[in-house]
Amino acid sequence: MYGGGFIYEEPNRQPREEQQQQELLMDDPEKLAAFEARISRGEKIEPGDWMPADYRKQLIRLIEQHAHSEIIGALPEGTWITRAPGFRRKLALIAKVQDEVGHGQLLYNAAETLGKSREAMINDLLSGKSKYSNVFNYPATTWADVTVIGFLIDAAAIVNQVANAKGSYGPYCRALERICYEESFHLKQGHDAFIELATGTPAQKAMLQDALNRWWPPIMHFFGPPDKASAHTEKLMQWKVKMASNDDMRNQFLDQYVPKIWELGLTLPDPLLRKNADTGRWEYTDPDWNEFYEVIKGNGPCNQERLNVRKWAEEHGRWIRKALMQPATADLQELPLA
Amino acid sequence: MNDSLDPRVNRLLLNQDSNKPIVVEEGENWNVYEVFHQEKRGAHHEHVGCVHAPDATMALVFAKEQYARRKKCVNIWVVRSTDILAFNLEDEDMFANNLEKTYRDASGFKVMEKINKFKAQSK
Repeated sequence: MYGGGFIYEEPNRQPREEQQQQELLMDDPEKLAAFEARISRGEKIEPGDWMPADYRKQLIRLIEQHAHSEIIGALPEGTWITRAPGFRRKLALIAKVQDEVGHGQLLYNAAETLGKSREAMINDLLSGKSKYSNVFNYPATTWADVTVIGFLIDAAAIVNQVANAKGSYGPYCRALERICYEESFHLKQGHDAFIELATGTPAQKAMLQDALNRWWPPIMHFFGPPDKASAHTEKLMQWKVKMASNDDMRNQFLDQYVPKIWELGLTLPDPLLRKNADTGRWEYTDPDWNEFYEVIKGNGPCNQERLNVRKWAEEHGRWIRKALMQPATADLQELPLA
Repeated sequence: MNDSLDPRVNRLLLNQDSNKPIVVEEGENWNVYEVFHQEKRGAHHEHVGCVHAPDATMALVFAKEQYARRKKCVNIWVVRSTDILAFNLEDEDMFANNLEKTYRDASGFKVMEKINKFKAQSK
């Protein structure tokens, strides 16, 4: 899962020696021109390559936020593992949560190649400096919520990830390949559970409709504010860090998924939502961007809980990590590998 | 008691030390190992990514968790990333002429031409 391309502003980098020298070369217009030519030829940039400082900075934020989103995103879903209906759904939800945590690992690996240590990234997450996708700051109050998340939010994440997989930075693209493949299972699992409720008893349908009504505003926020609000967009798209505008991705998402919601007889809480037959674009009520910014700042319903739980996990896992680092541990007992 | 929808979260003692913010120290998150995955017996091991682990044994366990959850797999290698030696990126051009070395390639030898010429002459 992911935070739709909106890169929140907050730097905390510890550049290594060589990178600091690279940054001194940042103003070198020749290197910049060569770099941009490579990107427009569709070549990938790898960790050892020269890159503008701004490219590095924006990519670190993008990938880091994506990584944090995967880990935090596992929390509202993990809540429902013990209460998912039926054994098979419990199995599938456990598998999905395990995938999400794995994705977080893959993405931290990719971000680290740019020079920010994992420790620094986790510290920034815990202090509130580094952000993650807003959508996970809302509570999953019923099982229907889990199906809405599993279907629509994973769908939105896939729209984003498939676009970014064609970006310019090699390690991120390779991580996204594996992630996109695994997400296809998440989407199917979510859609399956969603349909089960939509085509079920009146009580099930009502629960699903209610969940849909509550989650629609955060879903509309998912891809971030309209791009005219952001100064960076043009440069980021030229450098293939951002592969499509927020509005374009939102439109693509609506185009693919609103029909799938409507075909099940469900409604969406937006009277203006419709596809304009002439332009081919979707029209909708402008989302409340003030709420969006409030939630990013930390005032959403679950921000505190998410970070507190993450802090608890970091703190209480520490003794295990430290124990494993002790050379003596290996001597004490043969570790069963399988 | 935390005000969470999750009963497990409510059983946790959260935010006990709000005066002492937790800080992860450098090096707490271990060393990097590259992972190679073998799909079936006899196949090449293919590079699939990396893991962070305190030592090689744990790296193998983590690699199994991360890269062998699904699809066919019969074995995994892990190698410490720092043990991998590679050429510099700038030296890529040493391979630039590879496609021009026709003397190394079957297509560089015009055998049929010679045979046909011989047959035509001996008629």
